[in-house]
Amino acid sequence: MIKWWKSGAPWIWFHGGAVTISMIMVFGLLMLILVRGFGAFWPHAVLETTYELPGAEPQQIIGELRRSETLTAQSMREAGVAVPDEQILVQRHLIKMGNRDVTGRDFGYFIDDFMEPWRYPKDIAVLERREWGDFYGQPLRLLEQGEVVAAGDDLWPAFEERLRRSNALFDEIRAIERGAIGNVNFRIERVRLDRRRAELNDQLTPEREAELQQRREALQAEYAVLEQRLNQLYADADRDRIVMLTAGEEEITIRLADIVKAWQPNAMSLPAKLGFYVGDFFDFIFGYPREANTEGGIFPAIFGTVAMVLVMSIIVTPFGVLAAIYLREYAKQGPLLRTIRISVYNLAGVPSIVFGVFGLGFLVYMVGGQIDQAFYPEALPAPTFGTPGLFWASLTLALLTLPVVIVSTEEGLARIPSTIRQGSLALGATKAETLWKVVVPLATPAMMTGLILAIARAAGEVAPLMLVGVVKLAPTLPIDGNFPFLHLERKIMHLGFHIYDVGFQSPHAEAAEQLVYATALILVLLIVILNLTAITIRNHLREKYRAESD
Amino acid sequence: MSTTTADEPLSSGSLLPSTERRLKLRKKRARRDGISRYGVGASGIGVIIALALIFVYLFYETFPLLKPVSVELASEFAVMDDADSSPSLHMVLDRFEQIGARFSETGAITFFDIDASAGALPGVVRERLQIPTPEGEEVTSFGRAESRRSLYVYGFSDGSVLPVKLDFTQDYVSGRRQIRPELSFPLGDDPIRLGARDTEAYTALAVVDGRGGYIVAGGTQQGHLAMALFSSRANLMTGEVQVQRNDFRLPDIGHPVRQILVNESLRNLFAIDNRSHLYVFDIVDRNNPFLIEEVYLVDEGAQVTAAEFLVGSRSLIIGGSDGTVSQWFLVRNDEDGKLGMARVRTFQSHPGAVTFIEPEYLRKGFLTGDDSGTVGLHYATSGVTLAMKPVGESPISRLAMGPNNSRALIATEGSDLFQILDIDNPHPQTSLTALWGKVWYEGRAAPQYIWQSSSADDAFEAKFSIVPLSIGTLKAALFAMLLATPLAIMGAVYTAYFMAPSIRKVVKPSIELMEALPTVILGFLAGIWLAPFVENHLPILITGAVLFPSMILLSAFLWSRLPRSIRHAVPGGWEAALLIPVVLFTGWVVVGSSPWIEVTFFDGSMRQWFTNVGIPYDQRNALIVGMAMGFAVIPTIFSISEDAVFNVPRHLTQGSLALGATPWQTVTRVVMLTASPGIFSAVMIGFGRAVGETMIVLMASGNSPVVNFNLFEGMRTLAANIAVELPETAVGSTHFRVLFLSALVLLLFTFVLNTAAEVVRQRLRKRYASL
Repeated sequence: MIKWWKSGAPWIWFHGGAVTISMIMVFGLLMLILVRGFGAFWPHAVLETTYELPGAEPQQIIGELRRSETLTAQSMREAGVAVPDEQILVQRHLIKMGNRDVTGRDFGYFIDDFMEPWRYPKDIAVLERREWGDFYGQPLRLLEQGEVVAAGDDLWPAFEERLRRSNALFDEIRAIERGAIGNVNFRIERVRLDRRRAELNDQLTPEREAELQQRREALQAEYAVLEQRLNQLYADADRDRIVMLTAGEEEITIRLADIVKAWQPNAMSLPAKLGFYVGDFFDFIFGYPREANTEGGIFPAIFGTVAMVLVMSIIVTPFGVLAAIYLREYAKQGPLLRTIRISVYNLAGVPSIVFGVFGLGFLVYMVGGQIDQAFYPEALPAPTFGTPGLFWASLTLALLTLPVVIVSTEEGLARIPSTIRQGSLALGATKAETLWKVVVPLATPAMMTGLILAIARAAGEVAPLMLVGVVKLAPTLPIDGNFPFLHLERKIMHLGFHIYDVGFQSPHAEAAEQLVYATALILVLLIVILNLTAITIRNHLREKYRAESD
Repeated sequence: MSTTTADEPLSSGSLLPSTERRLKLRKKRARRDGISRYGVGASGIGVIIALALIFVYLFYETFPLLKPVSVELASEFAVMDDADSSPSLHMVLDRFEQIGARFSETGAITFFDIDASAGALPGVVRERLQIPTPEGEEVTSFGRAESRRSLYVYGFSDGSVLPVKLDFTQDYVSGRRQIRPELSFPLGDDPIRLGARDTEAYTALAVVDGRGGYIVAGGTQQGHLAMALFSSRANLMTGEVQVQRNDFRLPDIGHPVRQILVNESLRNLFAIDNRSHLYVFDIVDRNNPFLIEEVYLVDEGAQVTAAEFLVGSRSLIIGGSDGTVSQWFLVRNDEDGKLGMARVRTFQSHPGAVTFIEPEYLRKGFLTGDDSGTVGLHYATSGVTLAMKPVGESPISRLAMGPNNSRALIATEGSDLFQILDIDNPHPQTSLTALWGKVWYEGRAAPQYIWQSSSADDAFEAKFSIVPLSIGTLKAALFAMLLATPLAIMGAVYTAYFMAPSIRKVVKPSIELMEALPTVILGFLAGIWLAPFVENHLPILITGAVLFPSMILLSAFLWSRLPRSIRHAVPGGWEAALLIPVVLFTGWVVVGSSPWIEVTFFDGSMRQWFTNVGIPYDQRNALIVGMAMGFAVIPTIFSISEDAVFNVPRHLTQGSLALGATPWQTVTRVVMLTASPGIFSAVMIGFGRAVGETMIVLMASGNSPVVNFNLFEGMRTLAANIAVELPETAVGSTHFRVLFLSALVLLLFTFVLNTAAEVVRQRLRKRYASL
C-alpha cells in the first residue's frame, strides 16, 4: 500500500480523473443542450388527472409533464405545502397546463402523492395560438358564423380542414403586411426624405413639390387598395370558431384565425409524431417570433447572425491578411515591430466588452454621427448611421477578430520555406510577384484557419453586440427587396442575444425555456457547421497546395 | 527586388518580345511592385492604427474626468439706470444663463442681461417687476425653496408673508429665442398670515413646495417659530383663490432666530439661532412636532454666518465666521437607532467669514463667498474644494448659480458692480478618493463603498465607487480560477505526458471545442439550469468534494490489486478512460444521496439551514458563476499548458527515466519544473479571460454590487456593469465617462496580464530551443 502510494500511481490517476471530469462536463453539457433542444419540438403526451391537496377542493389538470424532481419533504413544508409528517421525500412534477388567458397560470408544480393515476385521453387537443400561448382541452364543436357545423367524431378532420384554410388566409395577410405594405411605407418614407433633402438644398421648387405630392398620392392610393384587401382577408379569416372544454369544465370559444397549429398528441402514431416533429422544427427555424419572442420561430435571429458574420468576414479578411503580410514581409523587423506584434496578439485576449464600448463610443456616436451629418441630413434628427446597427456590429466584431486572423496568417507565412521565396526571386520575379503568386497562395490554408476562428468567435459573441446593434426585436430584416437591398444601418436580431433576452428578460420565462434550449442548440449547431465547413475548405486547400509546397 | 537583365544570349531571340515591349513590361512590373509595397504598407499600418485607436479613444473619453476645474472672471458691470439702490436679497439666472435677476429689499425684481456674446450688453435692464407690498410696510425677511423650484417667500414688517414663484418662459419670435420672466403667486397676491402670534415681523423664513400645498415656516426675534401648510383652491366660477391653512405647533427656541430651513421630504425643520445653535425638529406629525437635537455648529469663538441646503435638502452646508465650511446631515446612530446631526466633512477654509452659500442645480456642489472677496467652489460627495478664487476686495453679499452650473453671478457689498464667473466643471463627482475610497453618502450611517449610478429622483446623489465592481470582478475570477486551475493543469499534464496518443487525439480537440462554445450558452445554462439545481441539491457541494477524489483513489487502488493479466490487457495511458464509469457512478451517487443527507444532517433542508445559521444565500451566486466561468476558462488554461508540457524536450524526460526515476518523479521534478513558466502564463491568460467575461456573470449572478467574498452571494463585475448600464447613459455624462474608465481599467489590466504571459512564453520557447 505504502509502496503503491510512493510510486506516484495515485497521483497519475488523480490527473487522469481531472481529464475524465472535464470530458464528462463537456459532453454532459452538449448532451443537455441536445436533449432539451431537440426535445422542444416533440409532441409530448398530454395527461389528465385529478389533484387533491389535503383540505382543498379537488382540481382537474390537463397538461404536459415538463420535468420531475425529488426533494425533501421539509423543504416543501417550508415552501408552504402541507406534506404528512411521516413523509421524508417528495416527488413533484412541473406541468405545463397552458390556457394562460383562462386560468392566469400556465405552469404549476404538483406533488405526486396527491395526484390520481394519470390518464391519457385520446381526444385532448393542443392548440398553439398566436396569442396567450398554448391551449389544452377537449374539442366540443366547430362553428361557422355561429352555427354548429361539426361535432363528435367528424369534428377533428373538419377542424383541420378549416384550420388549413384559415392559415392560408393568414399567410396571405402576413405577406401583404410584411411585403407589399412594408414596401409602400418604405417608398412613402423615401418621398418624405426626398422632399426634406430638396428643402435643405433650397431646391424645393413648386414643380418639384407638385411632383413629390403626386408620387405620395399615388403611393397612398396603392396603400388604400392593399388595406381594403387586408380588411377583406381579416373578415374572411374571422369565419370559423372552435369550442373547447378546459380542465376546469369551462367552455371556451377560440377563433380559428388565432390558431397556428393544432394536434391531438395522445392519438398520434409514431410516424405521425415524427412528421409533426420535423414540421415543428422547420417552423422554428423559418418562422418569425411571436409574443415577445417567447413563441414562434427564430428566423430573423438566424438571418441576423449570419448576415453579421458575413459582413464581418468581408471586412476582416482583407485587412487582417494585408496587416499580416505587412508585418511579416514588408515591415522592418526590430524591437519596435516585436512590440507591435505582441500588442496586436494580446488584443485577442482583451475582453470583448471593451471592443463594444469602443464600437459604441467611437464608431456609432462619433463616426456614425459624422456620416449622418454629411450624407443623411434629411433624416435628422432621426439617426441613420449614428445609432447601433448591422454595419457597426460587424465592424466591431471585425476589430475584435482582427488579431485572430493576423496571428494565423502570420504563422502561415512564417511556415513557408524561404527556399520557395528565394527560388521565385532567383527566377526574376519581383517581390510583389513572389508574394502574390507564390507565397500568399501557399499560405491560404492558414488564412482560412484564421477566418474560421474569427467566425467561430464572432458568431458566439454577445456582450459587445448588446451595445452596437443587436436588439430584441427587429421589425425588418437587413436584406429585403427595397433598394439598396442590403440595409447596413438596420438593427438586427442575434441568436446569442435572443438566448439572453428570452431566457432572462421575458415575462414568461418558463414557457420560453424550451425555446431557449432550442435556440442554444441552433447556435451551437451553427457554430459547429461554420467550423466544419471552414475546416473542410482548409483541408481541401491544404491538399491542393501540398504538392506545390513540397 | 531583382530585375533580370542580359538574358538575350541565353534565349533564342524569337521567343522573346521586342526590347521595347520588354522595357514596357518591366516598367509595368516595377509599378505593380511599388503599388503592392505601398498598398500593403498603408493597409497594414492602417490596421495597426485602428487597433491602437482603441487605447487612444478610451483615454480620450476618460480624460475629461481628470481635467481640472476652471473658474474665470468673465465680466464686471453695473446694472444700468438702476433706480433701486437697496441691497439685493437674492439673485437668480435663467436656464440659458443669459439673464440675471436681483430681488431687492423694496420688493422689486430687476432683470438684466449678463451675456456679452448674444449681442446684448451686460447690465442692460430688460424688465422690472414689483411684488405687491402691503401699504406702508417693509420687507423684513426673505426665504427660498431649493433653487430648482424657483419659489421664494417675502416677510413684511407687519408679520405677513407672501410666497412668490418666478419662472422664465421662452418663445421664438422670428427665429430668435425670447426669454420672459413671469411672476406668479401660488397662494394669491394678498400677503397671508403664518401663525396665530403674527404681530411681530419674521426674521427668518423658509418655503417648501410640498405634496398637498406649500409649507411656510418663520422664526422671530423672540425665538418664536411658526409653520403652516397652505393649500389653495381656485374657485372655478370666480377664479378667486381660497387658501386653507393648517398650523404646526412648534415650541419656541428662546433665542433670536437667524435662519430657518425645512427639508423637501417635510420630515425636519432646522432653526439656527444667533448663538450658532442648530435646533432640529421632527415635523412628521403636524400636531406633535418635537425637538430631536440641539447642536453647536462651529468651533469655539466662531459663529455661523451662512447656512444652506444642498440640492435634495438632505445636507446642510454651514459657513462660519472663521471661514470654515462644513457639511452636516442627519445620521441614524448604529447603537441606539436615534437620529442625530453629524459633521460629515469639512472643506477648505475661506480666508474670511463665509457670507453666502449657493448650491448647484441637480448635483451636490455649491459656491461659497466670504467677506474678503473670495469665491469658493466645492463638491460635497467627493469632499473636495475645486477652486478658491479671489474676485475682489469687498465682501461678497450674494451669489447666484446658473441652472447649468456653468455660470455664476456675484454681488458685493457696498458696490453696485456685479461680476460674472464662467465655470467649467463637468465632472466634479469623480476624484480619486471618490472613485476608490469610502465615501460618506447622504443619509448613510458611515462611509461606504457604493455603486449606484442612477435613480428616478432629480436630487439623487450618484454613487460612483469602483470598489464594489472591482471586488466583484476579482471575486468572480477568483472562484472560477479555483475550479478551473487544478482541473485544467492536472488534465493538461496527464494528457500531454501520460495519455495514450489514440485518446489524446480525441480529448484535445474536444476540450478545445469547449473554447468555441459561446459563453452566452454557458451563462444561460448556469442561470436557468445549474442555479436552481444546486439550490435544491446543496449537499452535493460537500459530498462531491469528498467523494470524487476518494472514489478515484479507491478505484486506482483496486486496479493495482487486480491480477496482472487483467491490468496488462489495458495498455498504459488509459486510466482516464477507465475512470469514466467511476466518475459517472459517483456523480449519480452524489446527486441521489443529496435529499437523504439533507434529511439526516440538515433538518430536511440545507437551504433553510443556511438561513438559520446566518449565511445569506442567493440562488444566483458566486459559486454558480465560478462553476460556469471555470468551465469557460478550463480550455484556455488546458491548451496552453498542454502545449508547454508536451513540448518539454524528450531527451530530458528520457534521461530522468533512464536514471531510474519513476514516471511520477519525472513529472514532478523534471517536466513540471521545465514547463512551469508555460503553465504560469496559461493561468495568467485564463485569469485575464475570467476578468473580462461578461455574459456568464450577467446571467448567472444577481448583478448586485456588493462588497464581500461570500461564496453564496452574487456580485457585479466591471464588464457586466458596462453591458447593463452603458446603453442607457447620456453621452458625455460623468456616468458615461466612468463606464469608459472601467472599460479602460479592464483593457489595461488584461493587456498587461497578457503581455506578461506572452513574454514568459517567448522566454520559455527560447529555453526549450537551447536545451
